[in-house]
Amino acid sequence: MNEFLGILDAVVGEAISPDTAAVAIAVIGLNIHFGFTGLLNIGQAGYMLLGAYGMAISITYDIPLAVAVLIGLVVSVLFSLILGLPTLKLRGDYLAIVTISAAEIIRYTGRLAAFEDFTGGSQGIFGKDYQGPFMDLSFFGSGSFDLLPLNYQDAGGGAALRVVGLLVAVAAIVGIVVIAKRMKAADGEAPKVGTTATPKLVMAALGVVLFLALFFSFPQSEPRTSVDGWWVRVVAWSLVGLSCLLVFLLVRSPWGRLLRGIREDEEAMRSLGKNVFAIKMQALIIGGMFGALGGMVYVLTGSVQADSMGRQLTFFAYTALLLGGAATIFGPVLGSIIFFSARILVRELSGAYVPNSIMSTQQTEQFSYIVVGVALVLLVIFRPQGILGNKRELRFHV
Amino acid sequence: MLLAPLLVLGLGASSAHAGVATLCLASPGQSACVSGTVGNRTNPVEGAEVVLRDEAGTEVDSITTSADGKYSFQVTEPGDYFLFVDPESLPDDVEIIPPAPRFQEDDGSIRVPVKLGRTSTPDLEVRSVDYDAAGAGFGEQIVQSIAQGLRLGLLLALASVGLSLIYGTTGLSSFSHAEQVTLGGMVAYGLVNVAGMNLWVGVLLTTIICGATGYVQDRLMWQPLRRRGLGLTQMMIVTIGLALAAQYAFQFFVGASQQKVVVRTFDVVEIGPVRMTDMSFVAMGVSLVAIAIVGFVLLRTRIGQATRAVSDNPALAAASGIDVDRIIRLVWIAATALAGLGGVFYALVVSNGIRWDTGMQILLLLFAAVTLGGLGTAFGAFVGAIIIGLVVELAGPLGAPGDLKYAVALVILILLLMVRPQGLLGRAVRVG
Repeated sequence: MNEFLGILDAVVGEAISPDTAAVAIAVIGLNIHFGFTGLLNIGQAGYMLLGAYGMAISITYDIPLAVAVLIGLVVSVLFSLILGLPTLKLRGDYLAIVTISAAEIIRYTGRLAAFEDFTGGSQGIFGKDYQGPFMDLSFFGSGSFDLLPLNYQDAGGGAALRVVGLLVAVAAIVGIVVIAKRMKAADGEAPKVGTTATPKLVMAALGVVLFLALFFSFPQSEPRTSVDGWWVRVVAWSLVGLSCLLVFLLVRSPWGRLLRGIREDEEAMRSLGKNVFAIKMQALIIGGMFGALGGMVYVLTGSVQADSMGRQLTFFAYTALLLGGAATIFGPVLGSIIFFSARILVRELSGAYVPNSIMSTQQTEQFSYIVVGVALVLLVIFRPQGILGNKRELRFHV
Repeated sequence: MLLAPLLVLGLGASSAHAGVATLCLASPGQSACVSGTVGNRTNPVEGAEVVLRDEAGTEVDSITTSADGKYSFQVTEPGDYFLFVDPESLPDDVEIIPPAPRFQEDDGSIRVPVKLGRTSTPDLEVRSVDYDAAGAGFGEQIVQSIAQGLRLGLLLALASVGLSLIYGTTGLSSFSHAEQVTLGGMVAYGLVNVAGMNLWVGVLLTTIICGATGYVQDRLMWQPLRRRGLGLTQMMIVTIGLALAAQYAFQFFVGASQQKVVVRTFDVVEIGPVRMTDMSFVAMGVSLVAIAIVGFVLLRTRIGQATRAVSDNPALAAASGIDVDRIIRLVWIAATALAGLGGVFYALVVSNGIRWDTGMQILLLLFAAVTLGGLGTAFGAFVGAIIIGLVVELAGPLGAPGDLKYAVALVILILLLMVRPQGLLGRAVRVG
């Protein structure tokens, strides 16, 4: 039982960790590129790295946090312009090759010993050099946190409360699944005006409940960020929520319809007199800014290390996106959470139940990544729309 | 937090290495570390004597590097330290690159500013002497680099011709092609080093086995997927998933460290100003022959004609009686076999062994080569590969430090796309 709880702890800890939130934000950006506009950006990790460098380097030069964040975003916009100008008029694969190349160039450059004064070379920028201003903003104080009668540390420590939290979480999951099934059943019928929003709202509310339940049941300390990682986790997930809201507003606007139009038939959009190039560029810029924001969140608990934001992270982002469902609002978030926690689950399970003679501890780690790769393959082949997606939305003509 | 160190472990091969060998941990306000590697991670220098002195010139500590070339010192006082590497302890063909002027000291040592709680990496890099042969001037350095560039280019061409053929016939940009290259090296390592087979028999068998993986892949995966009408973007993501699974499968079965295909070292041959191992020349020759065969088949045989027809217009090819699926399967077999062959020689002469991420490191060079030459044109890929090989090797002597030489190739690619998006040998097509 203890072993089981330990595994559960690791999985939930990963699911609600700020790193997962950070990747979720980047995936939301990728969703604008790939899901809504059909732009094949394989350099999202490059955007993350730029955002992280932009913010961290600015702070080491004593620039206020808000301005530093802005600088990170502006850098990502410039990057989009540089990438987009030569490639957006070309076929999709060119953008793919150029984005992945550009992301690698950034990584190589960041690792250069010549720029060590700025980027820290291959050692990277250490967390304590730039995290101060962010941590100073924390209003959670230190130690424990009170919410109504519950003290956060007690809730995490007390077994009874933990069971209650788990039950609430399970109930929320069941609720979400039931509503999703109903929505799917109703999908065939003609949509009734006015009623369609309610189940979605309930679903979102249940999602919040689920998150809070897990949040209180599994307090995990976050080294270097004090306050049991509360502050950074709350900020990270709030940003995820905010990003979802922004994307929701963006894609239901006329501009969002233009994006989908470009994805479905670029020529048709052009014949309607739309400036396809400009719209693609806007999509690239906005998605890239989400990527940069994700990168900033990503380094809040660790350090800015060029190698931690390489190609692999982009590939993970794609897996998360396709898992959750491209061209959906919550798909990226759901996908990131499931992706990262599932990997930990595979690793912990194989670590606990496969004898060491068959698989050493290090091999369980690699095994979990093999499973990830195979899962990505199977997912694309058998369920390209992911968990939340709509198959009709997925006819890319790249 | 679980994630970050894992990612570092998985992604940053170099940083993961540092984590293993560096025993020194800097604690804020108390101690600092001076650590680094003699040589680079593909060619670490064993047995180098590294001495750290403080400002007064007293020796703090000295270390003789082991097989991984790593050294690390722990110090408790901040300030400037001086790192000295005994040139006598270096192998004969290796010398120290003079550091940047601000780190340079008169006695040949390297200045290392140390702050408490941080790890400082001295500006210490070595290069092989044949890099500028016999202390020769700039001109001979360039000649040597050109030779090395041709070598790299030919090996890249082996893989990129196949990549280009796959793209031409199916429209797929295969991200797992780099893992086919790694697979070649890995299989050869298994056959020759572990099983003790003769090198040439091993190379031949490796090529056949790699070709077989192409056959199996197409039979079990790509053909059914084509029949299902899966989109190209989706197929591309499938290759990304395959690449990911393959990389970690290599790690799972072989481990994360560099493995040599053959244990012995090769003799160095000198032709004019060019110094390379005899195996390098053999590798270049074999690559040339293999590529010439591909070219001959493409231009002079019915199968080649059919391949070009499929490349041009699959529907029309099918209508004129060409078995498109058979052609595509042949292309897959040829492409994976060539990539495997390239992988063996890459491991033998360029990277000094094979590691799970060897292919991944050259993936972008392959794409650059293919795009540079023009997507889908086999001869373009050959030309592109040679150019990329030359650029990468020439970037070093012309002033690009370290890994940036790979970046230079990619910058050239992006610049070319701006002016000639169809590539050097591609046909211009209006795309918007």
